[in-house]
Amino acid sequence: MPDPEVLIRAKDLTKRFGDFTAVDGIDFELRRGEAFGFLGPNGAGKSSTMRMIGCVSPRSGGELSILGMDPVADGPAIRARLGVVPQEDTLDVELTVRENLLIYGRYFGLPRNVISERTDQLLEFVQLTDRGADQVEPLSGGLKRRLTIARSLINEPEILLLDEPTTGLDPQARHVVWDRLFRLKQRGVTLVLTTHYMDEAEQLCDRLVVMDGGRIAAAGSPRELIEQYSTAEVLELRFDPGEHEQAAEKLADLRAQRTEVLADRILLYIPNGDIALTAVRDLGLVPLTSLVRRSTLEDVFLRLTGRQLED
Amino acid sequence: MSSAQLPSVRDLPLRVLPVAWLARGSLGGRGSRHLVERHARVYRHTWLVLLSGFFEPLFYLLSIGVGLGKLVGTVTGPSGPVSYTSFVAPALLATSSMNGAVFDSTFNVFFRLKYNKFYDAALATPMRAGDIALGEISWALLRGGLYGAAFMIVMLAMRLVHSPWAVLGLPSALLIGFAFAATGMAATTYMRSWQHFEFVMLAALPMFLFSTTFYPLSVYPRAIQIVVECTPLYQGVALLRGLTLGAVGPALLWHVAYLAVMGLLGLYVASLRIGRLLLK
Repeated sequence: MPDPEVLIRAKDLTKRFGDFTAVDGIDFELRRGEAFGFLGPNGAGKSSTMRMIGCVSPRSGGELSILGMDPVADGPAIRARLGVVPQEDTLDVELTVRENLLIYGRYFGLPRNVISERTDQLLEFVQLTDRGADQVEPLSGGLKRRLTIARSLINEPEILLLDEPTTGLDPQARHVVWDRLFRLKQRGVTLVLTTHYMDEAEQLCDRLVVMDGGRIAAAGSPRELIEQYSTAEVLELRFDPGEHEQAAEKLADLRAQRTEVLADRILLYIPNGDIALTAVRDLGLVPLTSLVRRSTLEDVFLRLTGRQLED
Repeated sequence: MSSAQLPSVRDLPLRVLPVAWLARGSLGGRGSRHLVERHARVYRHTWLVLLSGFFEPLFYLLSIGVGLGKLVGTVTGPSGPVSYTSFVAPALLATSSMNGAVFDSTFNVFFRLKYNKFYDAALATPMRAGDIALGEISWALLRGGLYGAAFMIVMLAMRLVHSPWAVLGLPSALLIGFAFAATGMAATTYMRSWQHFEFVMLAALPMFLFSTTFYPLSVYPRAIQIVVECTPLYQGVALLRGLTLGAVGPALLWHVAYLAVMGLLGLYVASLRIGRLLLK
């Protein structure tokens, strides 16, 4: 008996483009009301996965069930209940802000009066009420993204798909988008998002999978992942480039749980950063800068793949 | 003959198309109306652009039909000698139906396919590839229908209509538009760059000049006649000329069938290709 609270179920889901395998047999389940994330670098297969969930890309193999239906057979019926915020803005530049919502709502077959009522609420929600009659093109990236989010909500979707929702936005605009998404989550909207920003994943996701090379490297809540794959604290050390390698060798004596030697920094994974820093100084090493911080998903990713998330 | 013995629509010439696919509505359905609504809304902002499509055939009619007509006098039409203006006018209507449809379904569609992600946005909703193909073609027809109606009124006012059969002129103009819009859209899905539009011009311009638009088929040697008789614009010109001059016979049905099959095939290929291009 399938669990009605499971909205999306993927088993061995695969996407191939010719010889290239973009998504290589992944399994996941999405439950009603949760915010679920795909975290990974560019090319990890996140967007391909999102397109399959959005029923605009047929799977090459495996199983995929969305809202209890098969995307191949019931694409339009599933899409009627999804909201989509694509990675690149696909707003209609020949229409005004309000008309964008009107026409998009019409694509869902909604009556005009219903759309008009929802448009008022949605423009208020994304703080664009006074821009309703404006053309879309002159809007800033942040405003366009907010409009895209409003547009994606016109059909009151059960699942909202967000592909890299804040990529390309300045920090302030990102925080506004995060705030709106957080409010949606509080209202019980089920969110699925892809991101290569670990702070975005940490702020928004209840549960996430780390993707790399088309596969799922790990799954869990941000906290579980950090506990499982990293230490409580991280000590970041920066040395004079001439002493970098020498220092790295000496630091091995500290027997940290894990040491990552990056091009510009050395990361020590330890339970307590301050104690470790004292130990470093006791070794006679003088770092140019030192930073004690909590572990993040970035560290999880580094541990799992040996690479950094953001290049 | 009882109705039970009549062949159903499914058994008629549409055999060339996969019938199940037609019946499923994959050619597009209700969703196509929303695309038409969208285009109409855009033209509310830029309604002036709409006017140009009306004046182009009118200017041709005045310069070639009336001006050149003064020199030519009468020509032998399908129903006997007629004034040159009466001979040319239906052909100009057919040509403008073709040009309008080709323009709407090639340049505009290419831009939306390649550059502004317009269709990607629509396909994230319950809209299907077939809805998009049918919507684009419907819009091209709606515009073409307005121009055709206006041109027919001008023809009536200038006494260039010689038969009550001309009431079928407007639906025929729409059929010509459908055939060219669908084929143009199908062709557009294979285009990779703006240079490829040279091929569109390469097909449309000679058809305009040589498909008996300006003189009867009889001026050609038989070999050339056969080539001309195979072109799609010739079907449209012959159909409209027959209707407005009152030379009506079963032969006109052949032209109708030609254009209908061409349109349906175009629509089928366009829907399929849009799906393949965008839903990958």
